[in-house]
Amino acid sequence: MKQKIRIAAGQGFWGDLPDAPVRQVEGGPIDYLMLDYLAEVTMSIMQKQKARDPNAGYAKDFVPLMRRILPACFERGIKVTANAGGVNVRGCAGAVIDVARELGLGGKVRIGIVTGDDIMSRLDELLSRGIELRNMDTGEPLSTVRDKIQSANAYLGAWPIVEALNQGAQIVITGRATDTGLTLAPMIHEFGWSNDDWNRLAAGTIAGHIIECGAQVSGGNCQYEWRSIPNLADVGFPIVEAAPDGTFVVTKHERTGGWIIIPSVKEQLVYEMGDPREYITPDCVADFTTIKLEYEGRDRVRVFGIEGRPATEFLKVSISYSAGFKAVGTLVYSWPDAYDKAQAADRILRGRLDRLGLKFDQVLTEFVGVNATHGPLAGPPHADIPEVQLRVGVRGQDRSAVERFTKEIAPLILTGPPAVTGFAGGRPKVEEIVAYWPALIPKGEITPVVEVLT
Amino acid sequence: MKIQLVKLAHARSGDKGDTANVGLIALEDKFYPILVREVTAERVKQHFKGSCLGEVERFELPNLGALNFLLHESLGGGGTLSLMTDAQGKTFSTALLRMEIDVPEPEVDTLELR
Repeated sequence: MKQKIRIAAGQGFWGDLPDAPVRQVEGGPIDYLMLDYLAEVTMSIMQKQKARDPNAGYAKDFVPLMRRILPACFERGIKVTANAGGVNVRGCAGAVIDVARELGLGGKVRIGIVTGDDIMSRLDELLSRGIELRNMDTGEPLSTVRDKIQSANAYLGAWPIVEALNQGAQIVITGRATDTGLTLAPMIHEFGWSNDDWNRLAAGTIAGHIIECGAQVSGGNCQYEWRSIPNLADVGFPIVEAAPDGTFVVTKHERTGGWIIIPSVKEQLVYEMGDPREYITPDCVADFTTIKLEYEGRDRVRVFGIEGRPATEFLKVSISYSAGFKAVGTLVYSWPDAYDKAQAADRILRGRLDRLGLKFDQVLTEFVGVNATHGPLAGPPHADIPEVQLRVGVRGQDRSAVERFTKEIAPLILTGPPAVTGFAGGRPKVEEIVAYWPALIPKGEITPVVEVLT
Repeated sequence: MKIQLVKLAHARSGDKGDTANVGLIALEDKFYPILVREVTAERVKQHFKGSCLGEVERFELPNLGALNFLLHESLGGGGTLSLMTDAQGKTFSTALLRMEIDVPEPEVDTLELR
């Protein structure tokens, strides 16, 4: 058994720095590359893409990335865990196999795929058996949005990925797998942790939480002494050096920018946290109040002491549904009286929307430069404020009403308060809202399927 | 003496649906007890009056010198439903750091906050 493995994070979200994974592979020694592509509503975007083109429906960027790094990964035995498969895991794997062939690695690279997360086609059957899939936040039954559902996927944990690695997969592609599972699985596979070793499973889960947002732990979005953070232009993405006992070190490649310090690790630990004693994943319940941190050198923070508890009997399900339409329009007003002018324009616009009789579920006005981030806490702006951006958003069920709203923004330039600009982008776009419905499903209802292809 | 939280803590915030979470982290370990004492769920609810329409929950992480707050009904519906610039609650962190708390004079001296 290896006494240490290095797991590198290459993407914090779908659309993160394109070269980050390449730099993780080329910048120094790593054993695993972990790529998290799926945000909560990403699955619905992929579902739509697949409806238009049966070959689509996965993180397209993953394929050209594999073209760039597969030879180096193959040569050096670096394994990849990625939830790039979206709603078309098999299509994604097929594209990677094609790339492997083109690179002369056909038949040599084993691709593991994990499916079984997609329950879209089973929804009615599940509902008919009394599995209500109520909204975890609001308690509403799924039947209230049944006809608007666009995707439904259970979050799978680390174990199916472990199974793929155990079967010799070098690249593991999943659909809706938890981001923490992508990091935990290599540890279970390498160190042989058992499925009731709750403390170590919790440790690997927390390691995953620390690196799942990429550079957000290594200097990005870091409030602590932000002016002192070295060379963010060349920011190094994080690496976890894990040991069989469940302790690990958070670090990054030498000669990269950013920093790994205790305050940056703490900031990432509290990110998107709920009850810190109950960080629930399919694999365990991790207790964030047991985490201990200490320095082990420059850009090296050691994490230890982590305790966990048994996993729950449920998996989280992420369901997306169509929830109407929205559009946001903006205009910029200049000194003098910039804020007053923007407020006057807002009143005029709302008067016109009223006269048109347009009905919306919500109309929201913000004044960027005054209250868009801190609201009333920011206090009144300086009387001499050089400019203010008026930002008005509407949301509703009627697409034509939202469409009509978008035609009322530009006319404000010639028919409203003076010294206004900032309309170069044209009319605001009407967007379909795809909303997120979190629910729980008994674990027994979901059977992950693992295959290894070449 | 009134002390603004930005002198005592750093923070990071994020979202889960229509709930914003704010992790408030003591800049030095010795500041943590003041945060526990002064930055209560009630004070935070009051601070975000008008932005946070639901309850505020607080959790303690003494091991990290941090408090975690959940601000329910704060993100205009949350996720893709929200029309807000900050639909993901990313700047609730710095909004909390605007809060001023009362620190007794002797404590101001021992903690070298002047």
